[in-house]
Amino acid sequence: MKKFDRERVLLAVAGPVIALAVAFVLSAIVLIASGKSPVEPFALMFEQAAFSDIQVLIVNQASMYYIAALAVAIGFRMNLFNIGVDGQYQLAAMMAAVVGAHLNLPAVLQIPLLILTALFTGAFWSGVAGVLKVTRGVSEVVATIMLNAIATSVIAYLWLPDVFGVKVGNNNTTGEMHASGWVPGIDLGAAGEIYGLVVLAVLLGIGYWVVLNRTRFGFDLRASGASESAAAASGVDPRRMVLTAMLISGGIAGLAGLPILLGDTHTYSLNFPTGIGFLGIGIALLGRNSPVGIAFAALLWAWLDKASPELDFHGYDKEIAVIMQGLIVLSVVVSYEAVREWGLRRQQRRVGAELAAGHVLGADNNTTKEVAGR
Amino acid sequence: MTAPTTATDVNQPTLQPAAPTGRRLSWPVLLLIIAGALALTSLVRIVTGADGITNVSQMSTALQLAVPIGLAGLGGLWAERAGVVNIGLEGMMILGTWFGAWAGFQWGPWTGVLVGLAGGALGGLVHAVVTVTFNVNHIVSGVAINILALGATRYLAPLAFEGHPGGSAKQSPAIESLGHFTVPGLSDALRDLNAKGWFFVSDIAGLLGGLVTDVSWLTLIAVALIPGTWWVLWRTAFGLRLRSCGENPVAAESLGVNVYKYKYLAVVVSGALAGLGGVFLSLVANPFYLEGQTSGRGYIGLAAMIFGNWMPGGLAIGAGLFGYTDSLNLRGGSANVHALLLLGALLLVIGAIWLAVRKKYVQAAITLVVGALVFAWYAGTDEVPNQVVSATPYVITLVVLALSAQRLRMPKADGLPYRKGQGK
Repeated sequence: MKKFDRERVLLAVAGPVIALAVAFVLSAIVLIASGKSPVEPFALMFEQAAFSDIQVLIVNQASMYYIAALAVAIGFRMNLFNIGVDGQYQLAAMMAAVVGAHLNLPAVLQIPLLILTALFTGAFWSGVAGVLKVTRGVSEVVATIMLNAIATSVIAYLWLPDVFGVKVGNNNTTGEMHASGWVPGIDLGAAGEIYGLVVLAVLLGIGYWVVLNRTRFGFDLRASGASESAAAASGVDPRRMVLTAMLISGGIAGLAGLPILLGDTHTYSLNFPTGIGFLGIGIALLGRNSPVGIAFAALLWAWLDKASPELDFHGYDKEIAVIMQGLIVLSVVVSYEAVREWGLRRQQRRVGAELAAGHVLGADNNTTKEVAGR
Repeated sequence: MTAPTTATDVNQPTLQPAAPTGRRLSWPVLLLIIAGALALTSLVRIVTGADGITNVSQMSTALQLAVPIGLAGLGGLWAERAGVVNIGLEGMMILGTWFGAWAGFQWGPWTGVLVGLAGGALGGLVHAVVTVTFNVNHIVSGVAINILALGATRYLAPLAFEGHPGGSAKQSPAIESLGHFTVPGLSDALRDLNAKGWFFVSDIAGLLGGLVTDVSWLTLIAVALIPGTWWVLWRTAFGLRLRSCGENPVAAESLGVNVYKYKYLAVVVSGALAGLGGVFLSLVANPFYLEGQTSGRGYIGLAAMIFGNWMPGGLAIGAGLFGYTDSLNLRGGSANVHALLLLGALLLVIGAIWLAVRKKYVQAAITLVVGALVFAWYAGTDEVPNQVVSATPYVITLVVLALSAQRLRMPKADGLPYRKGQGK
């Protein structure tokens, strides 16, 4: 007997709307403080979003952000902080590139093989942190940060010419992958090509929703996030949950670099995008760990990224977009928390009023526990 | 590191005694371990002929690289002792580098130091507002601050530095040096002693020589801040109250401590210390600001603090370890690290024997096998790829954390949300 709860919807929407408004106002203040028009940059960037070639760029970029954010979000749902998505996807992309350059199977085998390579590399890298957490009690935050740094060294090592590296001018690459591993894009004519693996991002989003909301594992995971002791009491093995969640998170993270690797660059070089893992944290927060919310957040982020270079041609600095990303994340987390507390207080007041009036309480008046990122 | 219990500790009925954390090291034992490690290093140096590993210049470089990590770690210590996890140290350091350079190239380096401190403190203030007032998850807020600080400095750098001689969108103009000093006489004497290559004595001379040769004034301040922090946090009423906010804020509140105020203060100081670490990078380590200069040192500082069990002394050892391995990377690393492989193998064998004595045969066997593998690596190669060198400090941290994480004790209410009156 779940009726449409207007207040819940209002609360859910109020958070991001307030946050975005605050972030835009603060960015405008930054612009005014640096002696520039506070409105024109936004107008320019909105204009950019109307061009079809920019739209293609935005969708392509967003697909990678989306996958990285999903990887972060699955950890967040059980209060696990996988800060190591950055190292995981870079290492995974490199391994996929190496396998793709040295192995030449028919495309039907090659592409799944590359995807699995990336998946297992990412899972292995996060698994190290997971094992350390469950067996030795090492905080996953510190372990994944260390693993990020180690991944950088591993990548630099694999780039050596006598390991897997191929020097192209001043650039380190892993050599061009065999064409059977290239994923054809969706050709949009003059606008460019949408990476074929954007489909993968969509599938992952659907899979994420199904697993979390329609399976026992997803229920256990969310239960562990809401209250570890309650989950343990109902028969969930917390250590196994931590390890599994960490492995899944790392596996998904491993896929984050693939859209561009298999769709465009076909080699892992110095120009390969870095830092997507850290951006993914912000995107997962903005999207409230929900697959749809994350999609919007990823598109917003990609729009800020891809529309901002135009600003340089009009006397503005494109870095204002980076400031906006930071301001959005910060105002988002603050406004979510504030809205949540406000909602809780209202709920308590209502419960109090109903109690005073002598009503019988329904089961749906339980207050929810804090989940990371809310 | 074992602070004797003082009267004030005893008189706090609400403070739980520290959970037993295994055997505690007393000062003589600790000194003995350090001396043993030095003697072993010395032995390895003589066997391998890699004189670089305890050279005066090596130690001097190591100190310089350890300072920013140590300052970031101190920042983490202040915040976490008051119960606020500060993963935004990286961002606060970035703010420190930019603000320090911005003020430094215009109004002189010492102004730069002060403004850099203030820049870091500003980052700390934001973190405090978000975590203490709004009760947002501490790690989430820290990540947001890192993103924001990076964006802000990237936006501000072209505005502030472009058009000045030597400045560009990513780099500031050169900044005057803060000045440094060498203890006259002592430095040369230690350097001579170090050059003799005697067992143990020369290594000690190298270590001490590094501490008195070409030391920046800011290094001196940073080193002094470590005992200073210990004194303030563990020997004053202020420090006791601050730590009580990290252990049990509800109890602290019941005794009349304004928990919000102490948390705010601690996080702002934390930001200022991280900012000072940033200033060190942009004023002392290099005479200019460069985008991406911190390269994750804030995170490493946090790791050094955890490595040091949330204590200033341990933190200093952790930062020193990071600084030392970093310096190997800079100064003709591969031959020296190759020599250190032997040290690693020796340590693993000693560890295996120790485990065997304690009748942990399985672990002893594993350790012995790993030690043998490391020795085979040492014997079978002439040098180690540079990438192994750069990964070493992180691998060591992971291993140390894996071995000791269960013995580490973080402040009890670290990272937990707190609301005034929640204990009622």
